[in-house]
Amino acid sequence: MSAGGAVAVDEVVPVTSPTIGTQFAPARAGVEVRLAGLRRHYGQVVALDGIDLTVQPGELVALLGPSGCGKTTTLRLLAGLEDADAGQITVGGEDITHLPASKRDMGMVFQAYSLFPHMTVQQNVAFGLRLRRISKDKRNERAIEMLDLVGLTTQADRYPHQISGGQQQRVALARALAIEPQVLLLDEPLSALDAKVRAQLRDQIRRIQLEVGITTLFVTHDQEEALAIADRVGVMQNGRLEQLAPPTDVYSRPATSFVAEFVGLTNRLAGTVSGATVTVRGVELPLVDSTTSPGPAIALVRPEAVTLASDSAGDSGPLVGTVIATTFLGATSRVTVDLGDTTILAQLSTSDASALPAGSQVALTIRPDPVLVAAAETSAEPPA
Amino acid sequence: MAAVTSLGETSLAAPAVVSRGMQARRRRRLNLFRYLTFLIFGLFFLLPLLAMVRFSLEGSKLGTWSLSGWRQIVSYQGVGIPPLASAVEITLELAVITSVVVLALLVPTMIWVRLRVQWLARTLEFVCLLPLTIPAIVLAVGLFPVYNRIEHYSISALMLFWAYVILALPYAYRALAAGLNAMDVTTLSEAARGLGASWFTVIVRVIAPNMWQAILNALLLTSALVLGEFTLAYFLSFYNLQFELYSISRNTANATVIFSTSAASLMFAFVLLLILSYVGRRRRGRG
Repeated sequence: MSAGGAVAVDEVVPVTSPTIGTQFAPARAGVEVRLAGLRRHYGQVVALDGIDLTVQPGELVALLGPSGCGKTTTLRLLAGLEDADAGQITVGGEDITHLPASKRDMGMVFQAYSLFPHMTVQQNVAFGLRLRRISKDKRNERAIEMLDLVGLTTQADRYPHQISGGQQQRVALARALAIEPQVLLLDEPLSALDAKVRAQLRDQIRRIQLEVGITTLFVTHDQEEALAIADRVGVMQNGRLEQLAPPTDVYSRPATSFVAEFVGLTNRLAGTVSGATVTVRGVELPLVDSTTSPGPAIALVRPEAVTLASDSAGDSGPLVGTVIATTFLGATSRVTVDLGDTTILAQLSTSDASALPAGSQVALTIRPDPVLVAAAETSAEPPA
Repeated sequence: MAAVTSLGETSLAAPAVVSRGMQARRRRRLNLFRYLTFLIFGLFFLLPLLAMVRFSLEGSKLGTWSLSGWRQIVSYQGVGIPPLASAVEITLELAVITSVVVLALLVPTMIWVRLRVQWLARTLEFVCLLPLTIPAIVLAVGLFPVYNRIEHYSISALMLFWAYVILALPYAYRALAAGLNAMDVTTLSEAARGLGASWFTVIVRVIAPNMWQAILNALLLTSALVLGEFTLAYFLSFYNLQFELYSISRNTANATVIFSTSAASLMFAFVLLLILSYVGRRRRGRG
């Protein structure tokens, strides 16, 4: 029987001694992962509709999208846990499309806790090495090395049910890295954890990924997680990759209206496209896509592009409204303003927002950032 | 002012005290009911068993005590039937063979169906539970021509295991299914495969070790079923322990040996149950 049954407090210890490969084998350089025309359907449902994706060596790409968009399917096809209907998967230039999962040399961390319950933490980490017939001494040494990397050497003799959820996911990460895989696959590994642990572990995963230099595909539905951790973010919808770009571009230069609305909050404001601009409530805003056809459209405006000022004079106009609610978010606050025919969100510093209590008359200014427009079949809606 | 406060406190505290008192009385009544129920059912089960043990220790004269019934288990030879010891041996062997065959059949099949061919799960469940709906007598009538046919090859009573495997299927299936349902088989197997495990390794090293308790339960249920089965052995005329005891009771007047053997059989089942529970608890504690 191992040490006591009390579940340890979930505390992510900072990485202090990353000694990857120093005693066991040198860390591998990352490899390129290429998915070409990948298709997968379940009955009549198309899960993947011709995905093309290249992950550069040592890069961390996060796949982001709503439930059922195909991000997990992409990961499972890459891991070999499912077969593609069409398309090709190459890793490091080698075609692995038809290789079974056990021969793909990939480390994977799952959303559900996946540690083997009948093995100790150390045995779990050493399991992949045991299958590779590494001597007991060497695999134990490597297991301890990996546990040190995730800050869990003290838990080596415990069983999975004796450690917390966050610790279990860290052990799963150590187990995935212990076999020195070519690619690391993370399937929403943080979604079962509480917010604080999730943020800490997210940073730890990124730090370890950079230290090891392993090519990583990270699947998540949490946009904050994706934007914080990834070199590039791939936003998916209906089995297609809508945009693959660095986080800042995905946020500030969304390629499609879906990306604009899915990543971050967006105000949907009725306007009219004319040339390379869209006029919204009397304000001309440049368009991201200057080829947009002229006519009525819905402009997608970020809340942080909207600023508010007190309008004690009681003026009227298209950019004058009344504060109806304020949501405190810490350093910033989100203010909802009623413009009569629609509402608009503005994100302000909390000190600015506190000067505008509910009921205040305010004048809006919209910063002329490039915006995307959506088709105007429906009338302008409240912010997404 | 103080008096008002005091009154107020009293009026608030009084219902709480009354409520606590009522709760205590209710708890006492509930405990009394529990003990009484336990006592009645305990006596209901224990009295016949104690009577059986008492009869097994009956001496040659009524009311005297003797161990002769227990001593005769090893050596007793009824008229025109095999020795009692051989029937005991056959029954124990049948329990072992049936358990091994049932587990060898069901464990890999159920894991495989769960992992790879889930669409077969309902069919497998139906097939495994089907024997529950077939009375033993019907099964005996159905199997009789088969056993009659192969009897030309002088088969031993151990061949009963084929029929016992069918009888044990529903119980073993239920026990194993509970074990499989208690873990995330898909995720565990995918994690193992991702680490380089073959399907065989997944089943043997990852899934099966996590369903030890279920396997032990299936083993216990199968053994208990074999140790108590009479109908098939009787109709197919194979001397297992139950049929042997029945034959002794029909052909001789030696009641003590029947009771001593029955008591020994029962104690064996209890000991087996205790051992399996103990082993299961140890594994749970470790795992």
